[in-house]
Order: sequence, then structure tokens, then C-alpha cells
Amino acid sequence: MKLNSPLQVYKYLPQINCAECGDATCMAFAAHLIDRSKKLDDCPPILKNEYKKKYTELQTLLAPEIREITIGTGEHAKSIGGDDVLYRHQLTFFDPTAFAYDVWDTMPEAEFVERINKITNFRKFYVGKFLKVDMVAVRCVSGDPLKFAGAVKKASETTKLPLILCSFDPAALKAALEVVRDKNPLIYAATEKNWGEVADLALNYKVPVVLFSPDLDKLKSLALTFREMGMKDIVLDPGTYPQGKKLKETFEKFIMLRRAGIKEGQKDIAYPIMAVPLNAWLVYKDTVTASYWETVLASVFTVRYGDIMILHSLEPYAMLPEVHIRDTIYTDPRTPVKVAPGVNEVGSPTKDSPVIVTTNFALTYYTVESDLSSNKINCYLAAVDTDGIGVEAAVAGGQLTAAKINDTFQKANFDFKDKTSHGTLILPGLAARLQGDVEDVTGLRVMIGPPDSGRIPGWMEKSWPPKPK
Amino acid sequence: MTKKIKLSELGSLFGGEIQALEGVKIEGDVEIDLGQTGMNPQMAYALGHETAQLAHHLINISRILGYPVDQMLGAAPAKPARLSKLIESKFSVGKIEEWKTPIQEVVLGATSSDGGTRKSTITLGGETALPYYFDSPMPHRNHITMDVFDMPINMAKAVKSNYEDVINSPAEWAKKVVRDFGADMVTIHLISTDPNIKDTSPKEAAKTVEEVLQAVDVPIVIGGSGNPEKDPAVLEKAAEAAEGERCLLASASLNLDYARIAEAAKKYNHVVLSWTQLEINAQKELNRKLMKQCGVARENILMDPTTAALGYGLDYAYTNMERIRLAGLMGDTELNFPMSSGTTNAWGARESWMVSSPLKEDSDWGPREYRGPIWEIITGLTLSLAGNDLFMMMHPTAVQVLKEITQTLYGGKESEPVNIDNWTSAVI
Ligand code: SF4
Repeated sequence: MKLNSPLQVYKYLPQINCAECGDATCMAFAAHLIDRSKKLDDCPPILKNEYKKKYTELQTLLAPEIREITIGTGEHAKSIGGDDVLYRHQLTFFDPTAFAYDVWDTMPEAEFVERINKITNFRKFYVGKFLKVDMVAVRCVSGDPLKFAGAVKKASETTKLPLILCSFDPAALKAALEVVRDKNPLIYAATEKNWGEVADLALNYKVPVVLFSPDLDKLKSLALTFREMGMKDIVLDPGTYPQGKKLKETFEKFIMLRRAGIKEGQKDIAYPIMAVPLNAWLVYKDTVTASYWETVLASVFTVRYGDIMILHSLEPYAMLPEVHIRDTIYTDPRTPVKVAPGVNEVGSPTKDSPVIVTTNFALTYYTVESDLSSNKINCYLAAVDTDGIGVEAAVAGGQLTAAKINDTFQKANFDFKDKTSHGTLILPGLAARLQGDVEDVTGLRVMIGPPDSGRIPGWMEKSWPPKPK
Repeated sequence: MTKKIKLSELGSLFGGEIQALEGVKIEGDVEIDLGQTGMNPQMAYALGHETAQLAHHLINISRILGYPVDQMLGAAPAKPARLSKLIESKFSVGKIEEWKTPIQEVVLGATSSDGGTRKSTITLGGETALPYYFDSPMPHRNHITMDVFDMPINMAKAVKSNYEDVINSPAEWAKKVVRDFGADMVTIHLISTDPNIKDTSPKEAAKTVEEVLQAVDVPIVIGGSGNPEKDPAVLEKAAEAAEGERCLLASASLNLDYARIAEAAKKYNHVVLSWTQLEINAQKELNRKLMKQCGVARENILMDPTTAALGYGLDYAYTNMERIRLAGLMGDTELNFPMSSGTTNAWGARESWMVSSPLKEDSDWGPREYRGPIWEIITGLTLSLAGNDLFMMMHPTAVQVLKEITQTLYGGKESEPVNIDNWTSAVI
């Protein structure tokens, strides 16, 4: 964005401090616009006609350097691009890389549907949310526009995820667009050869379009030409070469494009970038090797500026690291890593339920909590204030001690005599060495749980309830 | 999205409301464009999504009837012209001017000409840009050192199966990782010295180091047990036994007697690994202390700013390293040292070793044999992009793949040409 201080933003706001935006003052709201935690439309007064000019000006100034475009419709629509920085610590990255997995029009229908369902239903629980994948890319392998359109129709009936229509043949794209014209699919791709016809399609059907050329001069030409014809929803594919020096060049192109867009403000190429890790399958045929290499490519281009990518492997050992590396890069570095210390109920604990101790490092806490609730274990879970440090490091560094554990229960007014029938506390396996200390300080019986909370269910079967003394 | 209907069909579309049009003469069949051109987004917003389409129809009717809607709503954009040829253009982008300070070069290992017995040495650092960037080529590729332990330890099954035959002999273990798995270096972890494990004496531990030095001719890393009370004594003895070999002593940290380790490195010609926990300011502080207070030369310092596994804090580790590297390149001479990563930490992630997800809601995790190595690869790869130079690793497959990708990005890998122009129709 073109502004970098709240004061610059403030000049454009109504300056009446009406607090309708939820902030006490226009200045406070301005700060939220700068760090992009609020949107201009959150200020009702500025939407009024009298501020129209300022609204429009400010909207332009606040627009992210990389154009944000939306693919699909409704609740599953995905926005990509929208970035303002080259390094995540400078603010945060917006619009996580959209992962599209492919299907193709020569697949038997049952397989086709099963594959789409697998893509749509993939989920991995992580820190209080599910990591999922975003889109289905339908490839025209048959070369037959009608067959392709049929597959695209089937895909749109099977999933609500946005679609990418992949063919270099404008006739195939047109046939497919006819059947999903109201679904705002992304079309792939316009090239040096077919650009005129693909441009017609993008304009007539009003859909976002990918421009493909490994030659950056040509890619920029295409972008300029499409922009001139009135298209803004553009994605750039500089070509993902899967190996060797060409792969290194691909990596460099991603950096050049993004640097030009963000650091140098070159509006002409400031669009989302597409990577195609699927190309790993053009060189490796063995499933494990190809899946591994595809995951490697996906990770490289998730870290360095890929906004959308097309993938093939649905192997869990490919998808799990892919969704995790994306979460790694797109997690807002400004969010706190701690949860509030205290004693919390998981499920509906009774007097016979266990009392389990962990730290207030968000990652640890949510992992333990989800392991417990997912396995329907009713219990009390204590988050000890370790300054957001995990169990093992906190024991070593002295942030997790018997005194701190005792404190946590006292501050929460948690009386074991009152709340439990067993007077027992369970320490994480990685804090086993605190057992004696905790017994001395709290006067409770202390049991040692497993080193990984994923094993609590098994541990419970063997060790809970505690045998009477 | 252009759908045309005849004006005479409007009656059915709007039911009774068409009555309002009474008295207006419509001559012939005027076509109405029901596309979205000219739709005012604020208007659509105000009316809500369901009614947006209807509102649009109404606007068009009004427009046909001569009501000045376009003046009210802002003129519709002119129909874009189709171009008949591409607008010619050249793409160019500048280099980063701020990257002026090179990362310190550090040599590990010493050959006979330098007072050691290694067959070759390894040079890390020297970068003047982020890794693999076009601004300036990386002078040295990434290197991998593989873990060897001085006693059998708990390992994930996928890892252990590679080492069962050598698990009781650090020397054989070291030979195996160099000979069979292509390790550039070997790390001997003296974990049995921990008083809570076997409390092996520093003298005994030093013998193990000697054995490893005899077994392999690559440079080595000497790792303690992580016990802050015992490590200085252990590393001191080990350093003495390995005198002149330019080993990497792992590690000096703020929570132990780092001065003793620094002293041992100076006295016996080794390199110090400066280890902090995900905190850029602590890293600066320790590096400063090693240089100013202990007098360690710049070319004898390597940093380990801590590696957290993918899904278990890698976001912090990644950004911490990237910030350190950027600060170094931009002139912070307390941070411009090569970096090392304990990539093996990836095996602590449950995704890398657990048979299946403990959560019923998760999609199937598939076979763990394939999850573990890729977890180690992606953890290392991510940090390589942040500027990490040396990787401490464990699984042979992970080592091969990480080597392949880092050397490809470095520019050291040729390949057959691949045609990517037709991937959309490829049969895979
Ligand atoms: S709603 Fe708008 S005018 Fe009111 S305080 Fe917030 S920013 Fe200011």
C-alpha cells in the first residue's frame, strides 16, 4: 500500500470519532488500516455520499501492492495475492497460497468423483482449526472440448470448491466455461499463441485468467495487453521447470516478479503468481519419488512467493507437509504465542476426571486440548504460565517448576479436595523430573503422563483411574 | 456472462410489476443485456447478494425507459477494445543495494598442510545475498552433517532401521553415513556423558572422538549431551583430543560456561557453535560475548539460532533465521555468520513418527515410513531458504533429497530439458 503511517490515513477519514468502527477514535482505526487488521468499509460514515471522493482515494492508496483476485463463488471462494511485503516479519503475508489438486477428463467417472471428494474432504487439525486444501484443477487430457466440458460439469456438481479450467485450447475452455459460467472459475491459460481467443473468453465470461510464458518479457507483454483490454483479474505463470538449472531460473523469476511488484511498485506485473509443482510428474514416474519432489517444489514456492499452485499427489505424506508449510509461512507473526494461564474444563469433567498439566505455549496447549477433546476425555487441563515456552524447554529453562504449577491452581481457586475424588495431578512425560518437587509443594499424588499427548488415550486405559493408595 | 432476453419476455420475468410500465411504448423487440457490466458494486452490496441480479435487471429496464440511471450510479465503463497484437514490453528488475556486507567465511576441518588429518575441508558462508538469489551467486553450497551417537538411543522406527548394524559402534556408524549416505561431515553426539544417562567421563568421551576421527576423513562436529554443567568439561577434553582438526564444538550457549568452550576452541584450533533459542537479540549478545569477551576470531564462529520442526514452531525458526541473515547482509557484524540447523528435530513432530493421527477428525495420515523423511526434508529446506548453511540430519533419504534441491537451487545440477508447455494434457 502507498501509505505507511496512521496520520496519513487519518487525513482521509471523517475525523468525528463516532466509534462506530469499534475503535474509540479515527486515529486508532487508521492504525488498523495500516496493519490491515480492519477494512475501510468497517467505517460506516465514510461510506456516505459526502465522503465519496475521500473513500475512493483512500481505497486506492490502501490497495495492496500485489493485486488481490478472487476465484470461485460463495463461502468457498478464495482470494489470492494481496501482499504488501517481501518478508513475513515486516507485517504478515496475506491470502495463503491456494492449493489446487488436479483431475482430468479421461478419468473413469467413479474415480473422478472419488478423487474430487478426497480433495474436498481433506482436513488436518492444527492449533484450533482445520488445515484444508482449496481448489480442483480440471485438465483437458482428451483434447475433446465436449468431453472436457462434461468433466467440468461433473466436477462442479461434485464439489463447491473453486475450479481451475486447464487447457491451452480456447475451444475447450469455451465449452467448459459454458457449463460453469456462473462459478467464477480461473481459466488456464493464455499464451503468446492463443492469447486473442483466451482474452475474448475472459472478457465475455468475466472470469480471472492465467497468463503463461517462461519469458518474462512476453509475460509482461501479455499482462499489459490484457490490462489494456480491461482485465484486472490476472494470474502470472512464469512456468515451473521441475529440475536442474531451469528450476533455479524458475525460482529466480518468482523473486524477480515479486520484487518488481512490491519493492519497485511495477504495477504492470503486480499480480498473483502461479506455480505448477505437478510438473515433477513429468520427470518422475515412481509415486513416492514424484510425490516427494512435488512436495519439495510446493514448499519452495510457498516460501518464495507462489500465490496459487497446481498439484497432483494426494498422498498424505505430500499433503500434510504442504498444508503445514503454508500455515508456517502465512501464520501472522504478530499473533501471540501464549494462551491465558489457568485451569480449563475439557468436556464435562466430574470428580473422577483426571487433572492434566501443560504449558501456556499456544501450540502445546491446543495440541493437548484437541487430543483430549477429540478422544472424548473429560478432564481439567491446566495451562501453566511458562512465557509461552513448550514443556521440554520450559523444564530445562526453569519456566516450568513445582511452584509455578502450584500457583496456577491457587490462582484459579482450584481446590483438589473439592473438585476431585482422587487428589491426583498428571504431569507431562517430558516434565517427569519435576515429580518429586511437585509432590512436596502441592501435597498431591503426582502421576507421569506420556511424553506425547497423542498417547493420552492409551495411557488412560492403562493407568486411570489411579489405584487406591 | 451475457444473456439476452427480449423485452417482450419481461412480463413473465417480473410478474405483476410490469404493470408499472404501462403507457410506455416499446417498439419492436429490444434486447436487454443481462450481463454484469455497469453493475454498481455498492448498489449490489446495499441490496444484498440475492437481490443483486434483480436490481441489475431493474436498472437495465430503467435505462431503456430513458431514466438517467447511469448518471445516478456512475457511467458504465466503455466497452474495452480487443487488441490485435501484443503490446511489446521488456521486463527488468534491480538488485538489492542494501546487501553490502558479506557473511563471514568459516572453514571446517583441517588437512595435513594446516595441522590436521582431514582429507578435505568445508567452507561455509561468504554469501552477499539471500540464498539462491540472482543478486549474487552463493560462493559455497550447503553441507550436511549426519548424526552419530555414542550409545544406542531412542529413534523413530524409520530412522533406526538404517543404523541397527552400527548402533553400538560410533566409528562404524560414522563410516556408514559417509560411505553409504553421502554425508559431508559427521556429528558425534556425546550424549552418554549426561549425569542422568551414563555419566561417561570426559576422558572416555574424548576417546570416542578419537575413534571417529580415525574412522572417517571428513570434518566433524563434536556435540555434548546438552547438560549445561557437564558439557564444558566434556567439550574441553574432546577439543584437546581433536587438536588442530578444526572441529565444530557444539555448543556454546548463554546458559552454560561458554567462556570455557571458547577457550578450548582457541587453544586447540576449533570452531565454536553459538547456540541460542529463537531470539535474535540473544544471538547478538552471545556472538558479541564470544568475540569481545572471549576473543574468538570471527572466522571461528558459526550460529545455531535453533530449529523447530515443521508444524511445531518452524514459523519462528524460519523468520528468526531470515531476520538474522538480512541483518547480517545489511551490515550487522554481530550477526553475519554462517548458520547451522539441528534439522533432526523434525523427528520430534508426531506427524513424522506416529502410526496414525490421534484425532479422529483428521484425514488418514497414511504410512509413517514416508511421512518422517519428508518432514525432515521440508524442515531443512524451509530453513535453507532463510539462509541456513549447514544441516545436521538423520535419515538417509532426507539427506539425499535435501542435497538434491539445495544443490539445484545453488546452480550445481544439470538436467535433461523438460517440455512444460503441455502439462495440462500430460498423462500422469
Ligand atoms: S467509524 Fe469512521 S468516523 Fe467513526 S470513529 Fe471509526 S473511523 Fe472515525
